[in-house]
Amino acid sequence: MTDYVIKAVKLSRNFGDIKAIQNLDLEVEKGRIYGFLGPNGSGKTTAIRMLTGLLKPGSGEVEVLGYTLPEDAEKLRLHIGYMTQKFSLYEDLTVKENLEFIANVYSLSGRLKNQRVDELLGIYGLNEKKNQLVGNMSGGQRQRLSLSAAILHKPELLFLDEPTSAVDPENRREFWEQLFDLSDQGTSILVSTHYMDEAERCHKLAILESGIKCADGAPDELMQNMGAKVVEITSSNLRQLKRELLHLSGVISAAQLGARLRVLVKDTISDPVTFLSRQPCVDSDDHLSRVRPSLEDVFVISTGTG
Amino acid sequence: MKSLLRIRAIVGKELTQLKRDRITFGMVVMIPLIQLLLFGYAINTNIRHIPVGVVDYSKSGLSRVLIQTIEATQVVNFTRQFNNLPQAQATIANGEIRAVLVIPKDVSQRLARHQTVGLGSPPSSDEETSRPVAQWLVDGSDTIIAAAVKSLRNMPLAELLDKPPNRNTPTFEVALLYNPEQRTAVNIVPGLVAIILTMTMIMFTSGAIVRERERGNMEMLITTPVRPVELMLGKIIPYIFIGAIQVGIILGLGHILFHVPVNGGLLQLSGATFLFITASLTLGLVISTIANNQLQSMQMTIFILLPSILLSGFMFPYEGMPVAAQYIAEALPATHFIRLIRGVVLREVEIINMSSDVYWLILFTLAGLTVASLRFKKTLD
Repeated sequence: MTDYVIKAVKLSRNFGDIKAIQNLDLEVEKGRIYGFLGPNGSGKTTAIRMLTGLLKPGSGEVEVLGYTLPEDAEKLRLHIGYMTQKFSLYEDLTVKENLEFIANVYSLSGRLKNQRVDELLGIYGLNEKKNQLVGNMSGGQRQRLSLSAAILHKPELLFLDEPTSAVDPENRREFWEQLFDLSDQGTSILVSTHYMDEAERCHKLAILESGIKCADGAPDELMQNMGAKVVEITSSNLRQLKRELLHLSGVISAAQLGARLRVLVKDTISDPVTFLSRQPCVDSDDHLSRVRPSLEDVFVISTGTG
Repeated sequence: MKSLLRIRAIVGKELTQLKRDRITFGMVVMIPLIQLLLFGYAINTNIRHIPVGVVDYSKSGLSRVLIQTIEATQVVNFTRQFNNLPQAQATIANGEIRAVLVIPKDVSQRLARHQTVGLGSPPSSDEETSRPVAQWLVDGSDTIIAAAVKSLRNMPLAELLDKPPNRNTPTFEVALLYNPEQRTAVNIVPGLVAIILTMTMIMFTSGAIVRERERGNMEMLITTPVRPVELMLGKIIPYIFIGAIQVGIILGLGHILFHVPVNGGLLQLSGATFLFITASLTLGLVISTIANNQLQSMQMTIFILLPSILLSGFMFPYEGMPVAAQYIAEALPATHFIRLIRGVVLREVEIINMSSDVYWLILFTLAGLTVASLRFKKTLD
């Protein structure tokens, strides 16, 4: 039997007329990194807030770590960590003071507290900065501090809401390494992002668009089963070519990537390269090749944008 | 036990943040210090040296002596001379002077026949004695100024004519307890404690919850196991000490500079102050759970502050207010505290003998704490 840390059935929530989340079904397995992929305003934050007990669901059922929400929200709090999208620690306290405050709030005291704070300062490379005011620190440092604050009480389940939106690529790489370390130690993680490359690192992910889950599954699975083939065309007049290709019924979308045009062709066409090269708008000296689908293609197909 | 740890965590955090906020920290000391000096010296209900003018139709030696005698009372200062009344009235209208003394041509006759002077033979008839010596035209819009000038109405005139002052036996003997010299500061300084604490205490906590929300800390805070009442207590406790420091500054300096006695003993004083500080702090917390941003919380603080200054008995006696205003005043913690602290500091009462004020402050604190804790929801709904 699979062990689920999050189970949600037909979870919905409206803000006035806006349907922030509609009928979200979710199953997150223990010990995995689960991703929410979606553009800004797609309901990622609302979903996370409902799963952490910060927002009451409008309708539907949620069970997180075996606690039914919203009734057991207070009990759940001891077992989850939450890293908010906006930096939410105190800018007028130092790194160490912030961590000690969190430790005190979770009733860690004395030697245990010092040990844990020192341990986290070490793991996340904050030792040199420990007496610096948080307000003066860079995005990457704040992010590592936020993460260490969120996991200070060793939660079983960690929620991260766009944790890498304010940091550079190098820090992002390192950050994901740290997430895998946590995952390796048994922490289940739910992370939201709008970066495709980050989503690809998740064990499983759900694609959200306007509050609706369009697709979910492991990244590879999603790419294989997306129902389209990908062809890249190198040509001299890509803008013109793109406009004309989009009129074809077999073409789902076309997007320019530098000197190439990435074309998504319906799965029903068995040989997309031949299909495209026969089109009058494609020149004989244009170069066409089948390529491996990416998560962005999945996103385009499942959200119907592009 | 865990609850205490969490409260201590919040208290520690608040103190550290306060320590970092140099200006706020400075204001803790500067507000009571400056305001005490300012108001202790400035507020005075014994009016002196009101600028007035004179229209002297008699232009005699007597009229000049009369003017000097009036000036010697120090109630008024003759700053302007006018030749006619319309001129003088225009100067009152433009605010340069507050009143004008009109001395008639026959001032010497009037004075001689005046009852208090008692010259003239045969004895003056009733009609003549009823004639006043001169007339004051007063800008009556300010009742306190008007009352001061009115107090000159029956000033003794006998010495004007080198006669021994005629002494009347007063109808009543009045003995002034607690402030025999009638110094305003004796009444103002203990009242200032209430006003300054109302301002600083409500202000500190009215921003407390809102600030966490505005700076984005709230989302983090409510995902932790902190309970609403723990958060509220943690926000209040540091400021109880700060309030105590402020009371110390005001009463200490009030004692040194203005010789305001502190008769009732420190225990009584601390008791009264503690009750009031906690009531004000919880009021601030309630505001903080209602306001959406710090500007709103500041507006609500002022909304409470003004009636606390004007209706609490600090400026104007409670007894003079209409019943409806008295009800409002009764609701304000400042009213009860002003009664308590004036009682303790000046009249040496034990606060337990003013139990209705004590109970109201306790009730107010408990109700405020409950409302704030109930209003504070650990969700973002």
